Amino acid sequence: MGDETTRAAIEAVWRLESTRLIAALVRIVRDVGLAEDVAQDAIVAALAQWPASGIPANPGAWLMTTAKRRAVDAFRARAKHDAAAAALARELSESVDEDPGAGIDHVEDDVLRLMFICCHPALTPEAQSTLTLKLVAGLSTREIARAYLAPEATIAQRVSRAKRTLAETGAAIEEPSGPERADRLETVLGVVYLLFNEGYSATEGDDWMRPALCDEAVRLGRILTALVPDDPEVHGLAALMELQSSRLAARAGPGGEPILLDAQDRRRWDATRIRRGRDALARADALLATAGPDAEAGPYALQAAIAAEHARAASVDGTDWDRVAELYEQLGRRTGSPVAELNRAVALGRARGPAAGLALLDQLDDVPALRGYHLVPSVRGDLYERQGRGAEAAAEFERAASMTANERERQLLLRRADAARGSG
Amino acid sequence: MCLMKSSESNGETPPAVYEAMAEYDRWGRANGVLIDSQGLLPSDAGAIVSLVDGNIKAVDGPFTEAKELVGGYAVIEVRSYDEALELGRRLMQIHKDNWPGFEGSVEIRQIAEF
Repeated sequence: MGDETTRAAIEAVWRLESTRLIAALVRIVRDVGLAEDVAQDAIVAALAQWPASGIPANPGAWLMTTAKRRAVDAFRARAKHDAAAAALARELSESVDEDPGAGIDHVEDDVLRLMFICCHPALTPEAQSTLTLKLVAGLSTREIARAYLAPEATIAQRVSRAKRTLAETGAAIEEPSGPERADRLETVLGVVYLLFNEGYSATEGDDWMRPALCDEAVRLGRILTALVPDDPEVHGLAALMELQSSRLAARAGPGGEPILLDAQDRRRWDATRIRRGRDALARADALLATAGPDAEAGPYALQAAIAAEHARAASVDGTDWDRVAELYEQLGRRTGSPVAELNRAVALGRARGPAAGLALLDQLDDVPALRGYHLVPSVRGDLYERQGRGAEAAAEFERAASMTANERERQLLLRRADAARGSG
Repeated sequence: MCLMKSSESNGETPPAVYEAMAEYDRWGRANGVLIDSQGLLPSDAGAIVSLVDGNIKAVDGPFTEAKELVGGYAVIEVRSYDEALELGRRLMQIHKDNWPGFEGSVEIRQIAEF
């Protein structure tokens, strides 16, 4: 096997093993920074040895044993000054000696704990999502920087600051229980969805979307369904991301320009993801049904149900817009989000004509949270346009264009303004 | 997609292979890379429908001549070609460790995106 091939194989092994490797090491060494360091040491050792020795039959176990040995070394060095480290060094060296390669047992627990740690409330949302990408998704600093369109140094700094914060708060190994666990799980879901949205509708820059970020979030969602199989919202989020991402290929043209729902070629929607999304949604519904008659679908399951309606329909006109409007109504009631109401206005406009949509939109005029949100004039423009009020529609599209930070979206809105003016 | 191929003359699947495959499955799902996987029954439960010289005909299994029958499949979603190779290698490693004398292969095919 050539060096290049081995190198690529080692990288693949790292991608597949780093999450549970680091997760198990955090449990053992009780320090996120040290866990990542010794895991990195192990991969460096693999790069030095595997090209000559060949890749071991169980590369994950090999990396684990090597990383544990490095941890023992680190603790021994520290033990000269510190009695607690001496105890850890003893404990750990025994476990390495007696059972080489073992210690990757409580996989699910370890990985979930790692996710909880990455989403610790002492960290900013930015730090939470960055650390999740680094430690749970196993992305390199460079890849994260590319996804966030940020300089590599900024990301590296954010990661090291986050690890320091965790060490200072003594957060590294705590595993929340009870209501605190539920809170933390909600944060984890929020961070994963944030990553997805960042990829699905890039908020800044020249790209309309960043599919790699979406794919990572979808993968994290799948991991979560394996780790927490009994929570309806976990399955709801997984369903939502599978269904939304099924449209990724159809959402942009060859030049990267956005293609809206009406114009998308539905044959290009990913059937596997749609099927997985529907399955996950059915699982969420089933879990909810066992939770009692008063249990209500959570925001992720509701949004997934809306996405499933679109996936089921053969065309925009064939969509059950009444059902979609009803789901948005539930979502708005559940979350109090005015964005749900904005979307309900779109659905009502389709179900009962533009006037019905505009009537609801008028009620949203004074909602402070929607002020400065470019989709408000964009929706209004769309509804005017379908009433044949071209000039007014064009003005709304232009207003929306001046409010978005995404260049692709701005161009699209300006094109729609031109088209509306021409038709009106 | 990973297609597991082997000759049916390898005989009955040892229970240890099922256990190891279940572990592979669990690992793959907890890692977010395994989308779907199934074993397939021996070919005597199947059929081949073919079109040759303008004639469509069905032949019932088993297909004793075939050396490379598909015994199962796994649909995976990975970030690189090398990750797919590593997942395929693990499938073979499971058979090497748990099924003395087994010979077979994993064919890895990329699902086309249109």
